[in-house]
Amino acid sequence: MSDMEALPTPSRHLLDDGRRTRAMVWIMAIMIFLTVLAAALGLGAARSAGSLDRELAGRLTVQIIGADKDAQQASVAKVVAALRKDPAVTRVAPVDRARLAKLLKPWLGDAGLDPDLPMPAMIDVDLRHGDTADVARVTAQVQAIVPGAQVDRHARWLAPVRGFITTLWLLGAGLVALMAVATTAVVLLAARSGLDTHRDTIDVLHMLGSTDVQVARLFQRRIALDTLTGGAIGAVGALALTAFFQARLAMLGSQMMNTMVLTPADWAILVAVPFVFALMAMAAARLSVVRTLKSQL
Amino acid sequence: MANIVQFENVGLRYGTGPETLSDISFTLSDGAFYFLTGASGAGKTSLLKLLYLAQRPSRGIIRLFGEDTVLLPRKRLPGFRRRIGVVFQDFRLVPHLTAYDNIALPLRVAGIPEGEVEPPVREMLAWVGLQDRGRALPATLSGGEQQRVAIARAIITRPELLVADEPTGNVDPEMADRLIHLFGSLNRLGTTVVVATHDFHLLNRVPGANMMRIDKGRLYDPTGSLRFPPRRPDVPPEETS
Ligand SMILES: Nc1ncnc2c1ncn2[C@@H]1O[C@H](COP(=O)(O)OP(=O)(O)OP(=O)(O)O)[C@@H](O)[C@H]1O
Ligand SMILES: [Mg+2]
Repeated sequence: MSDMEALPTPSRHLLDDGRRTRAMVWIMAIMIFLTVLAAALGLGAARSAGSLDRELAGRLTVQIIGADKDAQQASVAKVVAALRKDPAVTRVAPVDRARLAKLLKPWLGDAGLDPDLPMPAMIDVDLRHGDTADVARVTAQVQAIVPGAQVDRHARWLAPVRGFITTLWLLGAGLVALMAVATTAVVLLAARSGLDTHRDTIDVLHMLGSTDVQVARLFQRRIALDTLTGGAIGAVGALALTAFFQARLAMLGSQMMNTMVLTPADWAILVAVPFVFALMAMAAARLSVVRTLKSQL
Repeated sequence: MANIVQFENVGLRYGTGPETLSDISFTLSDGAFYFLTGASGAGKTSLLKLLYLAQRPSRGIIRLFGEDTVLLPRKRLPGFRRRIGVVFQDFRLVPHLTAYDNIALPLRVAGIPEGEVEPPVREMLAWVGLQDRGRALPATLSGGEQQRVAIARAIITRPELLVADEPTGNVDPEMADRLIHLFGSLNRLGTTVVVATHDFHLLNRVPGANMMRIDKGRLYDPTGSLRFPPRRPDVPPEETS
C-alpha cells in the first residue's frame, strides 16, 4: 500500500498556488507571536516560583519574646546550641539587636536604639530541606526549650506573592492552550475552504486514483509551510520582545524580578513553539481533509 | 473471454428525479472494443460514470474486475480507479498544470519515480501530436488540443479498461481517425475500450468493435447481435422516437 501513498515532489504544485491566500501566514504570525509571549510569561513565572520555593523552603525565623533581656539572651543561647546539633539544620544565626533596630527603624525611629526597649529576639534558621517534618521537629524542639517561642516559615509570609506568581503561571499556560485551540480552529476552517476552492482539482485527482491521504498531504504541506513561515515571523518578534524584557529585568536589580530570568531550556521551549504549532496544524489539516473527503464517493 | 465488467439490473436516479438509467444489464469482455451510442441526454455519460466509479447506482449490481463495486469500501476505490483510464466529456484538465504535467498526473498519483515519468509523457505527447505543446496551459490550447491531452492522460498508464466519453467531439475527422486508431492500438495491447460517441462515422473504423445503444436510459443492442444479450427479456425492443 505504501507505493499508493507516495506522491513525489512535483505534486507540490498540484494545488493552484495562485489561489493561495497570504492571510494564513499573517494569522499564524500573530497567533505564534502571542503564544510565544504567553509561554514566556508562564515560564518566567514558573522559574520565579521555583526559585522562590528553593529560597524559602528551608528558612525559618525563631522569635523569642520576653520582658527580661538577660533571660531572653539565655534562651537564645540555649536554642542556638540545641539547633546546632540538629543534622537537618544547616545554619543558625541570631539576629543581633543592632540589626533588628535598623530593620525596625522605619516603624520605631531612633527609639529602637534604646537598649531598654523590649524587643523580641530573633534567630534565623536554615534547614537542609524544607520538609514539613523537619520544620515540625525544630518547632517542637524550640518550644520545649522556650515555651511560647514562635517559629515562622518565611514561605508563609510570602504566600500571597507565591500565589500571584502561580496565577501568572496558570495564566500563561491557559493562554497557550487557548491559542492552540484557536490555531486549530483556524486550520480547520482553512482546510475546509481550501477543499472548496480546489474542489475540481481534487475531483480529478480522485478520479485518477488519488487516495484521501495523498490529497490531505497536499493541504498538510501548505498549511505546515504557512505555519512555519508565519511562525518564524511571529516567533522572532516575540523572542526579541522577551529578550528585551529579560534584559530590563536584569537591569532592575530587584531580587524578586531576577527570579523570572529564563534558562536556556526555557528559550529552547519558546523556539520550539512554531514547530509544535506547525505539527499541530498539519494534524488538524489532515484530519479535517480526510474526514470531509470520507463523505464523498 | 472473461468478463471485465458486469451490470445487472442497474438503475440510476439523480436525487429524487426519475430514473436516468433503468434496467441496465450487460457484460464487457476482457480485451474487447465497444462503442456506446445514443442521442444527447440518453444517458451515455451517466452509464460511463457508473463504469468509472464516479457514481454509485441506485439499484442493481456492478461487478468490475470480478468484484462487486457497490459494496466496495471507499479506501479500495483508488486501487480500482488506477486500473481505469477515463477521457471525460468535459476533459477535466487541471487548469494550472501544463499539458505535460496533466499527462504526467496519473503516473505521479501512482507514485512512479520522477525519473521514470518523462519518457512515457513525451511518448504520449507525440502520439497525440502535441510534442511541441508540452509547456502550454490548458487555457492556451484549442478544444481539440485539450481533448488530446485528456486522451493522453487517460492512456498513459496503459489501463486495463479505457472509458472515453465523446473523445473525438472537438477534433477534425482526420484527427478523429487517428485517435480512434490510437484506441485500437491500445486495445490490441490488451486494454478493454469503451467509447461513447454519436459520431457514426467512427463506428466502422474499428474492425470487430461491438455496438451498444442507449435510448432514454435503457440499453439495448441495435445490431441485434448476440454480443450483448439483455439479461432480462423486459428490456424494451426498438421504441425509437
Ligand atoms: N448530475 C446530474 N444531476 C441530475 N441530472 C443529471 C445529472 N447528470 C445527468 N443528468 C440527467 O441525466 C440524463 C442523461 O444525461 P447524460 O449526461 O448521461 O446524457 P448523455 O447521453 O451523456 O448526453 P450527451 O450526449 O449530451 O453527453 C439527462 O437528462 C441529464 O439531464
Ligand atoms: Mg454525455
